[in-house]
Amino acid sequence: MKYVIIGNSTAGIAAIEGIRTIDKSGDITVVSSEKHHCYGRPTISYYLKGDIKREDMLYRPVDFYEKMGVKLMLGETATEINTADKQVVLKSGKNVEYDKLLVATGSRPFVPKMDGIDKVKKVFNFMTYDDMLALESVLAKDKSVLVVGAGLIGLKCVEGILERVRSVTVVDLADRVLPSVLDSEGAAFVQNKLQERGIKFVLSDRVTEFAEKYAKLKSGMEIPFDILVIAVGVVPNAELVKDAGGDCNRGIVIDAQCKTSLTDVYAAGDCAEGYDSSIDKNRVLAILPNAYFQGRCAGINLAGEENSFEIGIPMNAVGFFGLHVLSAGVYEGECLQEKYKDGYKKLFVKNNRLVGFILIGNIARAGIYTSLIRNKTDLNTLDKALLFDEPQLMAFSEETRKCKLARMV
Amino acid sequence: MKRIYVNENCCLGCKLCEYECMFAGSGLDEMFKLKGKLDRYVPKIKVEGDDGVDVHFAVNCRHCTNAICVQSCIAGALSKSDDGMVVIDKNKCVGCFTCVLVCPFGAIMPDASGKAAQKCMLCTDNGRDMPTCVKYCPNGAIVFEERD
Repeated sequence: MKYVIIGNSTAGIAAIEGIRTIDKSGDITVVSSEKHHCYGRPTISYYLKGDIKREDMLYRPVDFYEKMGVKLMLGETATEINTADKQVVLKSGKNVEYDKLLVATGSRPFVPKMDGIDKVKKVFNFMTYDDMLALESVLAKDKSVLVVGAGLIGLKCVEGILERVRSVTVVDLADRVLPSVLDSEGAAFVQNKLQERGIKFVLSDRVTEFAEKYAKLKSGMEIPFDILVIAVGVVPNAELVKDAGGDCNRGIVIDAQCKTSLTDVYAAGDCAEGYDSSIDKNRVLAILPNAYFQGRCAGINLAGEENSFEIGIPMNAVGFFGLHVLSAGVYEGECLQEKYKDGYKKLFVKNNRLVGFILIGNIARAGIYTSLIRNKTDLNTLDKALLFDEPQLMAFSEETRKCKLARMV
Repeated sequence: MKRIYVNENCCLGCKLCEYECMFAGSGLDEMFKLKGKLDRYVPKIKVEGDDGVDVHFAVNCRHCTNAICVQSCIAGALSKSDDGMVVIDKNKCVGCFTCVLVCPFGAIMPDASGKAAQKCMLCTDNGRDMPTCVKYCPNGAIVFEERD
């Protein structure tokens, strides 16, 4: 069996691990335009901040590919899937034959058309190891940075570089930071924490025009900068499947087995549009754990065993300067909340199920809540008072507790 | 692989396991020396059940077969050892706490520094010959054995 995986990040690695649980000897080839050993993509901000060393960014050990029997083709970009001949065509002119193919191409930064952007000498993004190195090479104590986008990527970038530059200003069209992750109240906590560190925010505003060293905003404000980082969003890399005639919306449409509409072609991770059980619809869930879950599921299916992944939900764990925010699911239904000095707990209950939560500050044992969302557990089977007080296994029945704590899981 | 299992019918909620766990992780030579320094250590085992209730039990890492923490770790800091133990590499952990977000047992937590996660590694990381919570539980409520 010849397995080909396009992409060398989380979903691709997970697929290798999934395949090898079933098939110990089939040929696995990984094609990746990035030239690096797999690395934890979100760790790039922690490296810039000085929290981890470069060698500790490896997502898997140095001997991973060798141990897994993987042929690596790094620095090779796939340009076409030839489904008739079952080949992946590479930019270098080579072809790679497959019996089963996984597209794990991730996403790329969305850079909207903005007037004058071509006058800016270098526009930085913040998604890859090379982005990190490029940005690092220009960081200096006398530089002012403008980050366009107050989402996860933009703000983690800010945290990473803050101590290495003179000033950082963040502009976003939304009226709050982390608009896709948090409600207004939670966003205010995060924004305050960042403002305490001297980061400036300009929200509900947007850049209308760039000059080489400053940006003009819709409000009329002008923001000078030496370094410009664009982090307004990401676009799934779905073109390979789309051009081959496969079903795509925003991302590559996959079923619960991570199959695309093309024969023997699977997709997983940020490029794919899989099932989100929190909204009962397919959508791109561009979060790292989801890439692993889908990649692993795809790998097992590639190797010929049936596996389904049907409990994907949005969830995020993110921290800024020691303030931790954990969230999952959707913020709908009845909201039960408790406030603390430096944070809050919000639980969202609908149809007697926990459907979402936000924990800021006190994050202990949050996974107990997450598992209830993922499993759509009927809250009538639990002691709700205990559960809402804090996440604890005591809220489950004695029998369930025994299954969890007195058996292998 | 041998794992830790608990029997809540034998647990009085004395929390000796929590102290033994902190002691084992502290590097101190006598447990009483934790006195006055308890805020510097976080036990990797948690006893549930308040004073005044009858039910108590201890919870620590279950070393799940398909460990969701390992699958979710953004840094590759969590992995499975060859014998199935879930291992954390503190040098790689960036303290994002995605593992805390996903562990269905609430068995992984920030360490005392708040900058990295910590979890039970069955006392293989602190020079004990067996899990110290098991060894010193006076009631046999925590055992270390092979089960299906």
